[in-house]
Amino acid sequence: MTAAGGVASGSRQTGFSPWTNTSRGSAKSIWTLRRSHRCQFADDEMWVFVVVFFIMFPAMFGLSLGVTGVYIQILVKIFEWATVRIQRGRQEQSSLPVPLHTGIIERASGSMQEQMGQLRRSQPTAAGEFCLSDAMYFCKKGLESIVDDQVTQRFSSEELASWNLLTRTNQNFYYISLRLTIIWGLGVFVRYCILFPLRIALAIIGLSWLVIGTTVVGFLPEGSVKNWLSELVHLTCYRICARGLSATIHYHNKENRPKKGGICVANHTTPIDVVILANDGCYAMVGQIHGGLMGVLQRSMVRSCPHVWFERSEMKDRHTVTSRLRDHIAAKTKLPILIFPEGTCVNNTSVMMFKKGSFEIEGTIHPVAIKYDPRLGDAFWNSSKYNMVSYLLRMMTSWAIVVNVWYLPPMTIQ
Amino acid sequence: MGSSSSRLSNVPNSQELMQETGFSAAHLLRLYERFQFLDKDNKGHLRSEDFEAVRELSKNPIGDRIVEAFFLPGQETVDFPSFVRVLAHFRPKEKNRSREGAQQEPEPANSRNQKLKFAFRLYDRDGDGKISRVELLQVLREMLGMQVTEEQLESIAERAIQEADLDKDDAISFDEFRKSLEKVNIDHKMSIRFLK
Repeated sequence: MTAAGGVASGSRQTGFSPWTNTSRGSAKSIWTLRRSHRCQFADDEMWVFVVVFFIMFPAMFGLSLGVTGVYIQILVKIFEWATVRIQRGRQEQSSLPVPLHTGIIERASGSMQEQMGQLRRSQPTAAGEFCLSDAMYFCKKGLESIVDDQVTQRFSSEELASWNLLTRTNQNFYYISLRLTIIWGLGVFVRYCILFPLRIALAIIGLSWLVIGTTVVGFLPEGSVKNWLSELVHLTCYRICARGLSATIHYHNKENRPKKGGICVANHTTPIDVVILANDGCYAMVGQIHGGLMGVLQRSMVRSCPHVWFERSEMKDRHTVTSRLRDHIAAKTKLPILIFPEGTCVNNTSVMMFKKGSFEIEGTIHPVAIKYDPRLGDAFWNSSKYNMVSYLLRMMTSWAIVVNVWYLPPMTIQ
Repeated sequence: MGSSSSRLSNVPNSQELMQETGFSAAHLLRLYERFQFLDKDNKGHLRSEDFEAVRELSKNPIGDRIVEAFFLPGQETVDFPSFVRVLAHFRPKEKNRSREGAQQEPEPANSRNQKLKFAFRLYDRDGDGKISRVELLQVLREMLGMQVTEEQLESIAERAIQEADLDKDDAISFDEFRKSLEKVNIDHKMSIRFLK
């Protein structure tokens, strides 16, 4: 794509020879030639160049161009300004109710048994067995749970103390000032018209690369080359998908990363968790076989490295599931299995009780904690409110996703 | 909670309820959202099945007594004002209430007397104004039944009645109830810590 090459191909196409010009005008005309020919010769070549250089190579080697970091810093500055404006506006219009952030009541921590024990110890009566006021403790607890119970709190999205210019996270957006509304309108335009098409393009590139790459790798004979190539393909694809969501991921304690033959256990907030974790290592996924696009992806992934996909009928039989997972782990060379023991998506403010099936398999368990930064985009998938497609659309039109992943030390059954 | 902005104007009688119960606008809004959440079929009122759907409540030993306390005698449904009025009993008492105003305005819902009355109603299920021995045994069985035997329960009930029953009619009236809890910090025990 040098000037000479451009000019040469240009002259072939149009028949114009720059060498007949006078020397004074020749530089200028070469320059105009370059410009017009850049528009003329195949746009495809440009796009391929852009794709390969800016997307694939960094994704393959895990490099970053640093653009996302700057972008996020700018966004945070804007959000702080917006929050200050809202607070100032709220003070002026004091009739507006301030939304409550973390729930309406403050509950005592600790289980009922612990609190009863504390109550008993603090009783002044020597008898200590029963006092007429004991019923009051249960009464208070009962009413607290009527007003706000902890299980429900986990299934609605976290409300933010500051506002990130997305009306979907601030329930009570009142008109505060013209400037704020203009900035919000600009934000909508940027997100839907600029970021969204870019991200869709990236997602398509990433997924098609996955299908093509894994199919190609699947033709190779078994061996270390195939494994290495399949890891490369998977990693590249997930990195591209992560770029497609403008996700910034920080990994902590990388020395505890899950190793082959182990089980990786993580908390589940969104379907994107898989992409987040797979950016830093290859895992064997576990799940049901779906039809449609997911099914295509699943079948092609299995060609290059062994994942554990179940038919719907097999999922009901716990023994089949457990024995297949056990076989997978027993072969120590296979990739670690990724399991989400909560069983469903939780809103990332606390962790639900784990279902115990994953722990019956008896391997080394590597716990991983995933925490999303809610300032830039709410990643929680409320499956009762949104289906998968509208959820992905929401993700692709939010500002960015910032994730912190902590690898915790591995454990075995004692 | 609530996909569209739920405003105070959606809450029926919000101003009167705020005056009567002392809840702030934000709390009232939140309670209304909670009421709507509990009212799964959008009927506009709650029945006892809606309360039973709260899992933590079904684990509570006196859960069904608490639910009963929401319903006025003879009624099977609870509308939002009644819901809020019951919860108003559990607001903590404000520190700086002026003394001389106490006679003119009606007694606030979260006064010590009202809290005691609420607790009394939990024990006195048939509403005759006295906690009989049978009623006391019932409550004890619900709260302690797992850990103690029937004889122990009876002796505990016996001791409680002897300590509290001053006119020796083998039942605890409201005044005797209040006297026996003179030294207890009712405001602390019967208040939910609402966040500002």
